[in-house]
Amino acid sequence: MAKTKATRPEAGRPVRKIGFRQRLGRWDVKLSPYLYVSPFFIVFAVVGMFPLLYTAYVSMFDWHLLGGKGEFVGLGNYEFILGQHNFWVAMRNTLSIFVISSVPQVTAAIGIAWVLDANIRAKTFWRMGVLLPYVVAPVAVSVIFSRMFADQFGLVNSVLGGIGIDPIRWHADPLASHFVISVMVWYRWTGYNTLICLAAMQAVPRDLYEAAVIDGASKAKQFFSVTIPQIRPTIIFVIITATIGCLQIFDEPRMYDQFGQGGSDHQWMTATLYLYQLGWNQEMNFGRAASVAWLLFMVIGVIAVFNFALTRRIASDSPDHSAKVRKTAKTRGAVKR
Amino acid sequence: MMNKTHGRAGAVVAVSVVAALALVGCGGSDGDGKEAGGDEQITLTIATFNEFGMDPLIEEYQQLHPEIKIEHKRAATSDEARENMYSKIAAGSGLSDIEYVEVDWMPELLKYSEYLNDLSDPAVEGRWLDWKLKGGMDAEGRLIGYGLDVGPEAICYRADLFEQAGLPTDRAEVAELFGGDNASWEKYFEVGRQYLQAAPDGSKWFDEAASIYQGMVNQLEYPYEDQDDNVIADTNPDVKALYDQVTAAALDDGLSAGLAQWNDDWGQAFQNGAFATILCPSWILGPIQDYAAGVTGWDVANVFPGGGGNWGGSYATVPTQTKHFDEAKAFALWLTAPEQQVKTFENAGLFPSTPDATTDPAVTGYSHTFFNNAPTGEIYAERAEAVTVLPHKGPNYFAVQNTAMIPALRRVDVDKTDTAQASWDKFVDEIQQYK
Repeated sequence: MAKTKATRPEAGRPVRKIGFRQRLGRWDVKLSPYLYVSPFFIVFAVVGMFPLLYTAYVSMFDWHLLGGKGEFVGLGNYEFILGQHNFWVAMRNTLSIFVISSVPQVTAAIGIAWVLDANIRAKTFWRMGVLLPYVVAPVAVSVIFSRMFADQFGLVNSVLGGIGIDPIRWHADPLASHFVISVMVWYRWTGYNTLICLAAMQAVPRDLYEAAVIDGASKAKQFFSVTIPQIRPTIIFVIITATIGCLQIFDEPRMYDQFGQGGSDHQWMTATLYLYQLGWNQEMNFGRAASVAWLLFMVIGVIAVFNFALTRRIASDSPDHSAKVRKTAKTRGAVKR
Repeated sequence: MMNKTHGRAGAVVAVSVVAALALVGCGGSDGDGKEAGGDEQITLTIATFNEFGMDPLIEEYQQLHPEIKIEHKRAATSDEARENMYSKIAAGSGLSDIEYVEVDWMPELLKYSEYLNDLSDPAVEGRWLDWKLKGGMDAEGRLIGYGLDVGPEAICYRADLFEQAGLPTDRAEVAELFGGDNASWEKYFEVGRQYLQAAPDGSKWFDEAASIYQGMVNQLEYPYEDQDDNVIADTNPDVKALYDQVTAAALDDGLSAGLAQWNDDWGQAFQNGAFATILCPSWILGPIQDYAAGVTGWDVANVFPGGGGNWGGSYATVPTQTKHFDEAKAFALWLTAPEQQVKTFENAGLFPSTPDATTDPAVTGYSHTFFNNAPTGEIYAERAEAVTVLPHKGPNYFAVQNTAMIPALRRVDVDKTDTAQASWDKFVDEIQQYK
């Protein structure tokens, strides 16, 4: 209204001064949307972007935990880290724990969600039940599990001994230690992911299942041809967050023994633990720790993108499928008619 | 209509500004909220590790000073306390008003003494043993740490297991068994081999190679660093000799129970009698009593192989982050006074670092019920006198010892993933970064 008048001054006449109120009104229209979304971006800039860039800055310097900033070394820290045997051990452990912990976890989460989505008794009880382990603090989980899986006098090894299996050296064998740490992850995170998948499953239109039932699809067929394609975006979300979480795993390996160094031979020293040791334990070298952080960031980025592509590919016979479903729906309609 | 939008825009601007300010505010100071309102009560925080027997002391101090409330944070291990302290120095906030520091990492901390307050005070003149006092001073001669305890070492043993293996059980006889005043590591291992021949099933001689090694390396004058703090750990023949000797005793002789000290298995082992002896710095009596609750037979022999040794000990420091310097200093002063050191000795078995306390009848006349009424006061006073060598600990001592040497010994002895030689090679690799 007022705005249109102000923006179209008549030719020949000197431009009329726009009132302050009018100008405010114009700003309102232009700026308000940005202001409405600004809190997120401000928060992101402060707690997300700034640390990220500052870490990159730190990684270019000789930077001591207590001594502070030293000389500029460019990519020297990266070069040093990539030449360290321990870094590659840490990467091996991280990837191994990532695979062992995330794959069964996500698979189980989808499976359990499928069961919970069915019409079972005491639904709320089961649904809250699966989330219960998530409430336990990770450090507490680690303390309990590391005690259960103690090498000599642990509960698990006594049980194994009882059924005639040789004790497993949970804190000495790399794979065994990765397994225990993954068990902690399963314990804590499966329920959380289950609920997310469950929420997605409940949003799947029920007539799709009806159509499938009428077409004579078995439960399994329904699961793979209706449920999975329908909750694909959620699966992608769950996989990406699980990827990030498992690659950044810290509390569990840190608390797996009393010393927090990831084992005497770095059996379960993950990348974050290695980073922590560089920054706090050994030389207190923040520059090198920061460069590990960035290397890890890049690895996570690559794996996340790879996973994203993979998940899309796996579940993406869906155009095909949904076409099929649509076709069946149509035929059904035709038959009905 | 115009008015309305105008108002809304204003509101949006206001909200965003407030949000931004609030965010910025997060980075600022937030530590002042602790004081209780009207009655001017001051809350002092104190961070310790292991077992300092703090509770009765804190209670007593709070009664003496009703205006002061003390919050105690206890870390399970000294490593944990160290990491916590460093990250909070780096963060610039979050440190307690008093931080306990272990002697192993005191030297590296002293390099950054600008983060800690000078605690010099006429009241502490002549309070500590000379070497203890020196260990608390930085290069400029500022007094950074008040000495708390020292760790003279004896040998603790299970008299009941000794009896089953046909060894003498009386603590004077046991001391003689290891060679009395001339006790040597060789003799200690030899008795171990003797013990194994008749030992109860599943019982070994000592807990792990790394803990024995700790006792041995604390008798070297320059173990890991020379006078100029150059790292010599890999080339020092004395270190290699100790390493060879202890791994041979642990593996070839089978004397070690292979239990990493402070791990779950180790704690559990006190209930199972998995080992018959353990090196016993005075501060470990408290933990042993906790872990071995209900077990009878522990005793302390007034002897130490290789001529006396000191393992551990600690200092009380007041970081510059504190907002209550005077109160914190006064509390630290009180905590490290001879009277309180005597109490700490009685409560937690930590041996005093002040001559007034070590000669106090309450210390010299003290006997420890759990350890078969061993006169621990007298024993540790003598053990402290037997200490002749205090190892030079430079800024890399803690890192070399705890992230390279101890893991190296554990690979061989606890995990059994490497041979002694292979693990030594890894150790040599590992410490190149400190050179």
